[in-house]
Amino acid sequence: MSAAFVEQPSQQSFDIEQFLAAEESKGLLRLTTAGSVDDGKSTLIGRLLHDAKGAYEDQLKSAIRGGEIDFSLLTDGLRAEREQGITIDVAYRYFATPKRKFILADTPGHEQYTRNMATGASTAELAIILLDAHRGLTTQSRRHAFIATLLGIPNFVIAVNKMDLAGYDQEVFNRIRAEFEPFLERIDTKNYYFLPLSALKGDNVVDRGSHMPWFEGPCLLEYLETVEPAASMIQAPFRMAVQRVVRPDQNFRGYAGLIGSGTIRPGDEVQALPSGRRSKVRRIVTFDGDLEMAHAPMSVTLTLADEIDISRGDMISSGTPPLSARIFDATMVWFDAHPLDPAHDYLVKHTSHTVPARVDGVRHLVNVATLETEPASSLAMNEIGVVRIATAKPLFFDPYRENRVTGSFILIDRKTNHTAGAGMILAEAEGSLEDAADRLVRLVRAAVPEGARLNLPADDAQAMEVVRRLLKGVLK
Amino acid sequence: MSRLSHLQALEAESIHIIREVASEFQRPVMLYSIGKDSSVMVRLAQKAFYPGPIPFPLLHVDTTYKFKEMIEFRDKFAAELGVKLIVHSNTSALEAGANPFRLGTERCCGLLKTQSLLDALRAGSYDAAFGGARRDEEKSRAKERIFSFRDSLGQWDPKNQRPELWNLFNGRVEPGESIRVFPLSNWTEMDVWQYIHVENIPIVPLYFAKDRQVLVRGNSLIMPEQDFVKPQLGDRLETVRCRMRSLGCSPCTGAIRSDADTLPKIIAELVAVRNSERENRVIDHDREGSMELKKREGYF
Repeated sequence: MSAAFVEQPSQQSFDIEQFLAAEESKGLLRLTTAGSVDDGKSTLIGRLLHDAKGAYEDQLKSAIRGGEIDFSLLTDGLRAEREQGITIDVAYRYFATPKRKFILADTPGHEQYTRNMATGASTAELAIILLDAHRGLTTQSRRHAFIATLLGIPNFVIAVNKMDLAGYDQEVFNRIRAEFEPFLERIDTKNYYFLPLSALKGDNVVDRGSHMPWFEGPCLLEYLETVEPAASMIQAPFRMAVQRVVRPDQNFRGYAGLIGSGTIRPGDEVQALPSGRRSKVRRIVTFDGDLEMAHAPMSVTLTLADEIDISRGDMISSGTPPLSARIFDATMVWFDAHPLDPAHDYLVKHTSHTVPARVDGVRHLVNVATLETEPASSLAMNEIGVVRIATAKPLFFDPYRENRVTGSFILIDRKTNHTAGAGMILAEAEGSLEDAADRLVRLVRAAVPEGARLNLPADDAQAMEVVRRLLKGVLK
Repeated sequence: MSRLSHLQALEAESIHIIREVASEFQRPVMLYSIGKDSSVMVRLAQKAFYPGPIPFPLLHVDTTYKFKEMIEFRDKFAAELGVKLIVHSNTSALEAGANPFRLGTERCCGLLKTQSLLDALRAGSYDAAFGGARRDEEKSRAKERIFSFRDSLGQWDPKNQRPELWNLFNGRVEPGESIRVFPLSNWTEMDVWQYIHVENIPIVPLYFAKDRQVLVRGNSLIMPEQDFVKPQLGDRLETVRCRMRSLGCSPCTGAIRSDADTLPKIIAELVAVRNSERENRVIDHDREGSMELKKREGYF
């Protein structure tokens, strides 16, 4: 029995107050895993759930086949999955140890389920990449590592499973590691941990077991309990998309939202976008009383010192302002059976803001197995590529690698309402004529009073002086 | 400054979901089942719009076979909260004598819960309905989205769900279609109890252990509140110290033997318990995958 087991209360030892106090400070780790039944993924998850008490006995009873627990029956939830012996969709699993709570997004690993993999990875802070020691590195493992990295997961466990079938041979493990490491480095995976294990026999899952004395690192559960979670976004510039204006009466006007990044205190100066108006935070209002400080990812309501016009979809920010553009480049994962179509009408949902959009061309497609880019004019279901998006109104964003909240969006098909694709913003499109024009128009509008005419002197020096004075008026 | 605790993180996520629905839909409604999960969901809604009121009504689909204590609690709870409560029952089926013993649990649920719910949603032209279901409850629920699309007949298509990434929810529907929203998707039974404890949230007294008169039928303890619940061969009417682990209709929801008469004791019991909470719910076990089938037809 492992120390990771949730302790059984007994008359003598279980102190509920102590237990509740410990629970209150317990953190949460979101992780994802991908793979098929063949990789032993279900067996691995089944064992984690079973050994960490995430599966209850009556569920275990219904998973007994031929006198033994078939762990895959614990995780495959839909009738079609049980009938066909496959995993179709993302399933969420919950388990806890005395140190941490875990939310596990369990996704199928085959190519046609790339979209499910991306879904599971989007909220995860850690990915378990499962390999079969017997079969070695496959396209599927590369694909999963690539997608997980693309979606910004900072921590990886490369679990080399079925070591029992490879004679618990250190050479097998080392060979797979040597083969996979260059790929992980190439895709810029930040923090990875290679771990040999046998989900079936239980080696290095919850207990170390006795078969691999040559391996000295922590077993899987111990690693999950102690790994440093995603770098918190508390230090980043403040961003809060306004979900709703709370206005119960004439005397109260608050802006409700989930803090995407950063920290805020009463008195802090903030800027509302797109208006650009500045004000100071007056109160941070919650049901449990006003707060002295709030940070990502808390849900709060802010009141400001000045009456400024802010509505749903606007962003309240401070510190380095977010980028603003109507045209930007993004890496997209395509979901819909109907391929990406530049002539089609879409909607972009970005933070709490939904705007009409079109795809202004596909720059290239990425071959996930080889990492080679290929020219393309469209993206089919489960394909990944870099596209240029043009929206009807400017978005306020940060590149996805800096901020997963303000850098992500989904593309909705206006005809079918399907979620057609998911995008991770790379940057504003460089030298885009539309965006230059957009900025110039706004600058001129701000500088030249309504109805006035702008007469520029023929002499450049004099013209510059006129423009300089106008700009001074705008920027004061 | 530190990271949020798991309960704080879950709370923030749920509030975000509830606000998105209130802002994006024309006519949202919150399904209120009177159980502990509903109590938590309503508290989260209060938090989401504070200092404003909850901007949508609560809807209770009443089979009329709920425990008496549940109905008392419901009416008091709604009055104290000052929130609008809509109660809907399938009166024509009830007048025709629908009950689980005459029809079997499957047909009875179909008429008094699923059909009644669909009728109530249609009557109110609701385009979004919150439910307190959690993914840890049952295998098909583990695969359901937080924003779960329903066609114009209220049906769920598990193989054709909208991908759901980050916290970007796609709530777009055509007239007649709707979204079921599950703000407690990522909560576990343990999280719910701890939150009730920390937040001091009122719950129906049936959750607390007390000496109650029950029919003992094998491993089941059934409270004979309805006339048609009569002892069968081998049943014994006994006074047992017991409580409800989850609440439903009195003929189909069994009590568990327990001494847990306070929240800390319930939580302590939960730490030790090795059976999942829906085991005593007859309706989940009608046949393999029965929850998935009910959900496909429109059940929550």
